[in-house]
Amino acid sequence: MTQRLADSLVASIPYAQTLGIEAKLTDGELILNLPYLKSNIGNPTLPALHGGVIGGFMEVCAMAELRRLSPDLPFSKPIGVNIDYLRRGKPVETFARATIFKKGSRVANVRVRAWQESPETPIAALSGHFLLPETK
Amino acid sequence: MTNFVEKLWEIGPGLIEGTPHANKIGIKFVAVDKGLGTLSLPYNTALIGDPRSRVIAGGAVTTLLDQACGLAAIAGFDGFGQIATLSLRIDYQRSAKPGETVIAEAVCYKTTRHVAFIRAVAHDGDADDPIATAQACFILTGPLYKLPGEAAKPVEKRAET
Repeated sequence: MTQRLADSLVASIPYAQTLGIEAKLTDGELILNLPYLKSNIGNPTLPALHGGVIGGFMEVCAMAELRRLSPDLPFSKPIGVNIDYLRRGKPVETFARATIFKKGSRVANVRVRAWQESPETPIAALSGHFLLPETK
Repeated sequence: MTNFVEKLWEIGPGLIEGTPHANKIGIKFVAVDKGLGTLSLPYNTALIGDPRSRVIAGGAVTTLLDQACGLAAIAGFDGFGQIATLSLRIDYQRSAKPGETVIAEAVCYKTTRHVAFIRAVAHDGDADDPIATAQACFILTGPLYKLPGEAAKPVEKRAET
């Protein structure tokens, strides 16, 4: 995958554009970043990012990682996801990286970590099963 | 109790409109009752997750369910407080239909001193044909107050210290 392909991947998803998601390819690793946008706030008094934004961001990250396996096929579909919220999402840039934990012929298990200051202090984690696109 | 539900109806629409991201994607307040919250999300091309099928992203349904579960959690405690999502489990039964409004109905079936347990269903008109089902836990991040207006006070105080 090239940076141009990573860019076109997030650019092709209107929902990713609505959240403001960008993709960066570093040493072969795909890291998504979510610049701070006021429209992604869930609690204005704290303030904190919306839990749904963090969840949706991690879902896009998992689907983007799976898309790298077969760039010409449709997107994978989430079957079931578990999201753990570990820290408040501060109004700053957020990052996410997905790992394919297990890939079968039809279903993949993916783990995603989202962080702000450091990957060692994640703000949220997602694990989920995704239905892979059919190859023909 | 009646007074609590009346207050929930008073603050319900503002709780959703006052949430910047709910506003951004077009989430609408529908109904609230003791331990119950119902919201809707009209179809919006800005939420498309798969350009080939024009189906909205799973994340948009996740956000609607999180917001509805949050409303049910607020309505589930015996007073008004600030809350945060601890965990959210979502099972996607089928794709949302392009063009259809998604409705999320959440039930807070148990609260303890600090935690609310909620389940929710997202559908597009028939709750027996769900798009997704959810299970969530929310935690109280501050004290409970009898009136909703007082709930903001300890948060401001915490920010000063």
